[in-house]
Amino acid sequence: MKRKTLTSVISAVALATSAGLAHAADKGEVEVLHWWTSGGEAKSAAVLKEMLEKQGYGWKDFAVAGGGGESAMTVLKTRAVSGNPPAAAQIKGHDIQEWADLGFLTTLDGTASAEKWEQVLPKVVSSVMKYDDKYVAVPVNVHRVNWLWANPAVFEKAGAKIPTTWDEFIVAADKIKAAGLIPLAHGGQAWQDATVFEAIALETMGAELYMKAFKMHDPDALGSVKMVETFEKFRTLKQYIDKDSPGRDWNIATNMVIEGKAGMQIMGDWAKGEFAAAGKKPGVDYICAPAPGTAGMFTFNIDSFAFFNLKDANDAAAQQALAKTILSPKFQEVFNLNKGSIPVRLDQDMSAFDQCALDSMATFKAANTSGKLVPSWSHGLATTSQIQGAIYDVVTNYFNDDKVSATETVDKLVRAVKSAM
Amino acid sequence: MSTSHVLSEPVIRPQSKRFSLDGLQKWLPKLVLAPTMLITIVCIYGYMAWTTLISFSNSSFLPSYKLVGFKQYIKLLDNDRWLVSSTNLLIFGLLFIAICLVLGIFLAILLDQQIQQEGAIRTIFLYPMAISFIVTGTAWKWILNPGLGLEKMLNDWGWSSFQFDWLVDPQMSIYTLVIAAVWQSSGFVMALFLAGLRGIDPAIVKAAQIDGASKPTIYRRIVLPCLRPVFFSAIIVLSHIAIKSFDLVTALTSGGPGYSSDLPALFMYSHAFTRGQMGLGAASAMMMLAGVLAILVPYLYSELRGQRHD
Repeated sequence: MKRKTLTSVISAVALATSAGLAHAADKGEVEVLHWWTSGGEAKSAAVLKEMLEKQGYGWKDFAVAGGGGESAMTVLKTRAVSGNPPAAAQIKGHDIQEWADLGFLTTLDGTASAEKWEQVLPKVVSSVMKYDDKYVAVPVNVHRVNWLWANPAVFEKAGAKIPTTWDEFIVAADKIKAAGLIPLAHGGQAWQDATVFEAIALETMGAELYMKAFKMHDPDALGSVKMVETFEKFRTLKQYIDKDSPGRDWNIATNMVIEGKAGMQIMGDWAKGEFAAAGKKPGVDYICAPAPGTAGMFTFNIDSFAFFNLKDANDAAAQQALAKTILSPKFQEVFNLNKGSIPVRLDQDMSAFDQCALDSMATFKAANTSGKLVPSWSHGLATTSQIQGAIYDVVTNYFNDDKVSATETVDKLVRAVKSAM
Repeated sequence: MSTSHVLSEPVIRPQSKRFSLDGLQKWLPKLVLAPTMLITIVCIYGYMAWTTLISFSNSSFLPSYKLVGFKQYIKLLDNDRWLVSSTNLLIFGLLFIAICLVLGIFLAILLDQQIQQEGAIRTIFLYPMAISFIVTGTAWKWILNPGLGLEKMLNDWGWSSFQFDWLVDPQMSIYTLVIAAVWQSSGFVMALFLAGLRGIDPAIVKAAQIDGASKPTIYRRIVLPCLRPVFFSAIIVLSHIAIKSFDLVTALTSGGPGYSSDLPALFMYSHAFTRGQMGLGAASAMMMLAGVLAILVPYLYSELRGQRHD
């Protein structure tokens, strides 16, 4: 009797385990390469994992630390070349096209049509995610890059008002300077120079010429008078920046605005995370406004996952489930609340978001219809990393070397872009 | 070689056993060295050849083997940032080596005067070498930052006109690298020269003293010429440090402001690994290799020729 019970227990356990195993094998597993390793980002990754496991799929974390994802990309290249890529990897902008071009990416069209991605995603966004008119990647969020962050206390002290145009910006900056404070918090790193330059370029050139220059790389647009004007305006900013800025990280610059040492910062909406972490409230302790002269325009930066060809059919099924989950309204809400960005779905319920995110979403939708939604080249959405790097070099060199003229620099820009193509 | 044979001769063993042992003795060093040799050939010379191949290809962000001739080299020479980083290497390398040598020799001579606590002082001077360049770079970044370090400190102490903002001045930023690198490496040069000084026969110095030569003359005419081999090794080691310099510039200036303090190693890394221009990166790596060879080949030549004369 006793023996019988034991065997039955054993067989029950065996059955259960084999069922469990079969279950797991049935449903497949995804390995996800990402660099969400800090605070809020890591929390978001955990949410995604949980949502997938609820559906019965396995999740194998493949997190590689290092903010910009440089080390992650090196690991990914090795894995991909050796024929063992992860199911999905955090790849952005034009790099998606390059990976797809080399034949590494799988298509998500089945899931895309079942989930009606065509209807919920703006065309500008979906075009970044497609290769050869097929979905190969999914977006997780939209960042607006052309933001101006301001400290109202500083403005009050200086008797200035939040600028909406470039001229107003100069007036306000002069007043803040006269009050003995730093008008513009800035970190002198190539990508931050580029971020500020991009906002001025959008204001000066307008969306159409901006696209011609930075997405189509039209030599006439790159060498235009408006481009010279952009460079000249860019240099006038220098007098409003403190001289310690070279090498400063962006979040330290944001902190200068938080503490009231500086009046403004031009930075993407990831800066909101810093204000939130310091316990500041939007509209009260800090103000988010469009970068001067770019109201109604939207430079977007999108984080996305590209999906690789897998050999195992079950894992491929899990991969499709991952794509579906990333774009689900629930994950979009949780993730973007943590990250400071806005959801990528046009039909998203925005009730949980703050005023800055609501403004951002409204501009996003309006810009999408008015054609003023443009990809950010400074964050790799408009062009290849080669061309991006070439423009970085020209912009940052001009900003730091007072001896070169704007016209010379524009010539240099045209040549640099051409040789990087 | 010949002495070891003489030593092993008197041992008497049965003929056959002796033969196998001799065989083993003959082959053992080669067997032991073989794996290392193989790894060296593949991982140094093999990869060198591979980099050469990549530098002639149109590789973008993954290696490709479509050859395009000298296109990447032409692009490289046309690249303003590459010109800046090569010039910077020249300035940095020359100043770094020269200042390190002068300071190192000076410290070594001072330490050689039979002073008390020599061991402790030597350790203090040598210790910076034990610190990684990343740490040196970060520390000097704070010290040289006008809003945080030296300038602010002296201003706060009342010397309000004091200005030292090389770190944020594109014209001067390269010299801040020299300061930090010299601080780290001159102690090491001192140790090399101190060892050299100790190796000089005191009898020669004594003889010169009896002849009535002054101390500076003794050092200038006798001691320093004797240290020629030490000069050579110091220059070789220092120029290697200069050419491969990456961590120091990454931590101290990240090549900035702009790319005014960029060095070839940093240029190579950012193009090959973050900007998806592997071909261009490989071409710059080959140029750096050429730089190393330009120093190494004359050195090896003079060393080998020297041996023949002995």
